[in-house]
Amino acid sequence: MLLEVRGLRKVYQGKERQVEAIRDLTFGVDAGDLVCLVGPSGCGKTTLLKCVAGLLNPTSGDVLLDGRRVSGPPPGMAVVFQEYGRSLFPWMSVRDNVELPLRQKKLPRARRRSMVDDALSSVGLGDTHDAYPWQLSGGMQQRVAIARAVAYQPNVLLMDEPFAAVDAQTRADLEDLIRDLWHKLGVTILFVTHDIDEAVYLGQRVIVLSSSPTVVREDVDIDLPDARDQLHTRAGNRFTELRTHIYAQIQAAKRESTPGSTDAARDTHLAKQVLQ
Amino acid sequence: MRIVLRIVLAVALPAVLFTVWWLATAGSTNFYLPPLREILRIFPDVWTGERLRTDVLPSLLRLAGGYTLAVVAGIALGVLVGGNRTVRAVLEPVLEFFRAIPPPVLVPVIMLFAGIGDTMKVVVIAAGCVWPILLNTVEGVRAVDSVLADTCRSYRITGPARLRHLVLRGASPQIAAGMRQALSIGIILMVISEMFAASNGLGFAIVQFQRGFAIPDMWSGILLLGLIGLVLSLLFRLVESRALAWYHGLRRVQRGS
Repeated sequence: MLLEVRGLRKVYQGKERQVEAIRDLTFGVDAGDLVCLVGPSGCGKTTLLKCVAGLLNPTSGDVLLDGRRVSGPPPGMAVVFQEYGRSLFPWMSVRDNVELPLRQKKLPRARRRSMVDDALSSVGLGDTHDAYPWQLSGGMQQRVAIARAVAYQPNVLLMDEPFAAVDAQTRADLEDLIRDLWHKLGVTILFVTHDIDEAVYLGQRVIVLSSSPTVVREDVDIDLPDARDQLHTRAGNRFTELRTHIYAQIQAAKRESTPGSTDAARDTHLAKQVLQ
Repeated sequence: MRIVLRIVLAVALPAVLFTVWWLATAGSTNFYLPPLREILRIFPDVWTGERLRTDVLPSLLRLAGGYTLAVVAGIALGVLVGGNRTVRAVLEPVLEFFRAIPPPVLVPVIMLFAGIGDTMKVVVIAAGCVWPILLNTVEGVRAVDSVLADTCRSYRITGPARLRHLVLRGASPQIAAGMRQALSIGIILMVISEMFAASNGLGFAIVQFQRGFAIPDMWSGILLLGLIGLVLSLLFRLVESRALAWYHGLRRVQRGS
C-alpha cells in the first residue's frame, strides 16, 4: 500500500471551544490507484487532504507514505488546490510557474525546459508559456496548476476539489484530462470532491465520508469499465446506480450526523477561521 | 491621440499655475517676490557649472545613500518582523512609536552622535525613510497568500528560494508603496539636514541665498527642488510600472470581473 491513513483525528483548538473536524479516519490507497473522497459539505475534506499532504499535523493518528510517517510535505507528492487563482504565482509566467518546483529539484536547465514543455502540452496548453496565469481563463489556470504537478513527477497527486470553481463544460474536459493523465503517467491520485457524479466518473474507488466529526462511511468499488467518456459512462445504468447509492449515503450522513455535531458545517467553518 | 490628450491634461495645470505666477509677479517691485521672469533668467546661471558640482551633486548623493540604506534596512527588517509572529508582537508597538516621531527632530539628536558631516545627513535621511518602507514590508509579508504559501511548502520550496520567489515578490506591491512615500520624505530630510549644519548642498545654498538677500536665487533653488522631486517621482513610477507590471495587470483583471 502506497498511502495509508490510520486513525487520523484532527481537532482545532479555538479560544473558547475545540472543534473536532475529523474523528477517526482509516483507509489506504494502492500504488497507481485513483481514489475519490466524497462527503457532505463541511465534513473536513480539505483538513484531511492537508493532513495527508503534510501541511497540517494531525491531532492523533498517522499518515504513512511508502511506509514512512508523513510529518511535513514529503518529496514526490504534489497538490492541486481548488483556488487556482491563488495557487499560481501571479508574478511569474506560466512557464516559470511550472518550472519553479523543478528548479528546487536542481535539475539542469535543458532538462527542465523539456519537462515544462511536455507537461504544458500534455494538459493542452502548448502556446501559453509566456502569458501570466491571470491572463488565462479559470479552466486554463487550473490546467497550468495540473501541468506544474505533472512536471514535478510525483508518486502521489492530491487534488482538493480542483474543479469546484470552473464552469460545467470546462469541468467535464478537465475530468477527462485527469483520467487521461492518470492512464499515461501511472500516478496515484487522491481526489477530493463534493460532487458525487464527478467522484463516480473519475474514481476506481469512492470513499464516502460522514459529516463532521468525520469517519469513513463506506468504501465503494466503482466497477465501471476503465474506458470512460462523458456521454456514455454517465448515461449508463451502473453509473446511475452507483451515483444513487452514494447520494443516498451522503443524505443519510447529513441526517444522522454524528452525535453532538448538529452544527457540524458551521463548526468546520469556524475551524477554518480559527486556523487563519 | 489618447497619449497626446494625456500629456495635455498632465501639463495643463502646471502651465496655468506658471502663467498666473508669471502675470501676478510681472511688475512686482516687492523685494521678496521678484518677477518669475527674473527667477527664470538667473536660474541657468545659478544652477549650472560650479554649483551643480558643489551643491546639487552632494545633495543627490546623500539622498541616494540614505535612501538606499533605508530600503535595504527596511526590507530586511520588515521581512524579519512580518514573517515571525513573536518578533512582530514584541516590536510592533515600538515601531509605531518611532514612526510617529517627526523625522526632522532627529536631526539635532543624530548630530550629537554622527557629527555634522555627510554621515549625519545620510543617517538622518535613512532614519526618516526607513519607517514607511519597514511598516509596508511588514504588512506585505503578512499578507502573502496562504494558498501560495501552502503551494510552496508542498513543493518543498523553502529558505532563500521561498524568500525570493514568494515573500519578496508577494510583498513587492506594498514595498513599492512604502518606497514611494519614503522618497518624498527623503527629499525633505535632505534639505532639512543641510539647513542645520552644512557647508554645501541644496538646503545650505538656499539658506545662504536667503541670508545674503539674493532673493531670486533663493526662489530658483526652491524651483529646482520641486523639479528634482518631480523627476525622481517620475523615474520611480517608470521603474515601478515595469517591475510591478504583473500587479497592475492582475488588478485590472480583478476589477474587470
